[in-house]
Amino acid sequence: MNVLLRNPRREIEIDGPITVVNLLSRLDLNRESVLVIRDGELVAGDATLADSESIEIRPVISGGHR
Amino acid sequence: MKCVTCRGPAVIDIRRHNANFCAEHFLEQCRRQVAKAIDEFDMIRPGDRVLVAVSGGKDSLALWDLLRELGYDADGLYVGLGIGEYSETSGGYARRFATEHDLTLLEVDLRDTYGYDIPTGSRAARRAPCSACGLTKRHLFDAAALDGGYDVLVTGHNLDDEAAVLFGNTLHWQTEYLGRQLPVLPARDDFPKKAKPLVRLTERETAAYCIVKGIDYLVDECPMAAGNKHLVYKAALNDIERASPGAKHAFYFGFLARASERFAEEAEEDRGDLHACPTCGAPTTADTCAFCRLVEKAGGSLGTSVAVSLGRRNSQVVS
Repeated sequence: MNVLLRNPRREIEIDGPITVVNLLSRLDLNRESVLVIRDGELVAGDATLADSESIEIRPVISGGHR
Repeated sequence: MKCVTCRGPAVIDIRRHNANFCAEHFLEQCRRQVAKAIDEFDMIRPGDRVLVAVSGGKDSLALWDLLRELGYDADGLYVGLGIGEYSETSGGYARRFATEHDLTLLEVDLRDTYGYDIPTGSRAARRAPCSACGLTKRHLFDAAALDGGYDVLVTGHNLDDEAAVLFGNTLHWQTEYLGRQLPVLPARDDFPKKAKPLVRLTERETAAYCIVKGIDYLVDECPMAAGNKHLVYKAALNDIERASPGAKHAFYFGFLARASERFAEEAEEDRGDLHACPTCGAPTTADTCAFCRLVEKAGGSLGTSVAVSLGRRNSQVVS
């Protein structure tokens, strides 16, 4: 599947099917720091992502000293 | 995963609440948490006129939307910081949200009004960009809230922001800062009342709120924030949160309940002898306030007040 990552913006290919939790674990990403989006909608941690899908992993940590 | 409320398919898990939510009940949960914070800390009273500091990012747009949903009368204030394409894009998100929801957005452009921007100003004044930016925004938000006659100025600081600041202040035992790290500060000494209604939501939740509500926001990080210590503190706290869900909430709300009062005296002493800045009139303990010193070092001009730069106050609808 095609996975869009941000900050910096880049795209990578990951073999599916794979659950959201396992995808984040494979990419060494903390679940507290990102959201997974499919077709504009949030995807829960136990959802299975198919090999043909396009996914965005969006970071949620932002800001300097506000 | 099933929604804790309706048993329908969940879209998000919130481990610190040991609960999953569908889209509808997640939005309800966010409204409930913000209403609880407002009520618990007496942030906004019925009939108050509210000014929201809006950046175009997820937190400020989620906050503005949540206040609207909860029935508050809230205008927005956007400050154009002159950080190249980043500022142009962020302003676009703020304006679009205001237009789509028929809300009033006030704007101050730093370069047009004060003759400097954050990249050049921070270099000239030899301040870290985030420091110059924070100082500038605090001054302009305060001035706009007072000039516009607003009852309370609200900002999009969330639980992660507050936990990270607390972590940094504790790490360096900055006790005078610990004494005033509160979710609401009353109006006093010519400062407006300030409140942080998102303190019961993490930034993962404010981002999720925007996605579920279809609120378009600026995802890209500010190019000048790279290397900022608060981002490091946030990452460290999220590592702890992953191993111990609820740790950030316990850290911050435990501090408020059991420790913050212990530092109140030092915070009061640190306020020193406040008087009006001879240049701009803002309260300061120095001969000239930090904002005016920054403007001077940055080669800017103090000829225009925030009220004047906003034109006829409260009437500038950006559409």
